[in-house]
Amino acid sequence: MPTIVVEVMPKAELLDPQGKAVAGALGRLGKTRFSGVRVGKRFEITVDGHVDDAVLAEVQELADTVLSNSVIEDVVGIHVLEAPAGETH
Amino acid sequence: MRIGVVTFPGSLDDRDAQRAVRLAGAEPVALWHGEHDLHGVDALVLPGGFSYGDYLRAGAIASLSPIMAEVIDAANKGMPVLGICNGFQMLAEAHLLEGGLIRNDHGRFICRDQKLRIENNATDWTSGFSAGQEITIPLKNGEGGFTASAETIARLEGEGRVVARYLEVNPNGSLNDIAGVSNSRGNVVGLMPHPEHAVEAGFGPDTSDAMRSGVDGLTFFASVIERALVSR
Repeated sequence: MPTIVVEVMPKAELLDPQGKAVAGALGRLGKTRFSGVRVGKRFEITVDGHVDDAVLAEVQELADTVLSNSVIEDVVGIHVLEAPAGETH
Repeated sequence: MRIGVVTFPGSLDDRDAQRAVRLAGAEPVALWHGEHDLHGVDALVLPGGFSYGDYLRAGAIASLSPIMAEVIDAANKGMPVLGICNGFQMLAEAHLLEGGLIRNDHGRFICRDQKLRIENNATDWTSGFSAGQEITIPLKNGEGGFTASAETIARLEGEGRVVARYLEVNPNGSLNDIAGVSNSRGNVVGLMPHPEHAVEAGFGPDTSDAMRSGVDGLTFFASVIERALVSR
């Protein structure tokens, strides 16, 4: 079954305490070449049937209204997964 | 007066809110998130907790619960609605209040007795306070950082919709030290700190008079009851 991936990130201008904490840990590991980390979310939505424009439009709407909150987050990507990991045809 | 307290999967402070309602002099009505029925209540409290384990975003899944259709409709018609902590997050997710709540800037959960200043005593839930009154009630959250665009913050400040502000310590990185906001009508209020935990001597924050004697939270519930009596 096809899978649609939705990626959501905290807004660039907002503080990302989670990313800051991870960046701090990297620093403590001596990974000094990495100056910042931001943590977002990836949703994998499995679709019954094939993906057409209507399905993509519906996912776009869900991404904007449910999967993200536009006050604090941005939807940064929506794409169809070509070969889902672990799935054989 | 009958005040409904909605229980969601993962609500923690629903019983405390019911108790606060009773101590303030109204009848608490337990409501269930999965129903489409407000049981004829006159006001609503969305309590604190971790509905749906804060999955997706704090308050996000609860804001899509069946009963929220009725809550949103009632709020838009003027019913007093108070969202406390997770309830505040739900009201923000439901777009009944502007702004959003993000993880505390220091990354840690915080639990403390918090001093606040009541900035707007004209809302349904704060009319029993004097303007600028300083109070202390418990605060406990992991995602209590109030945030909004600069334009929204300016509008909230300009329209007097900042209901309460943190004093002495900004415990979670909230912009402009904002602890609570209201809608423009003043019937919907969201608060990150917990008034329902400061309603009974012996169980509230410490005061200069005696340990655990703080009951400043009671006034939020008394305010909505008083206003209902006056408007009747």
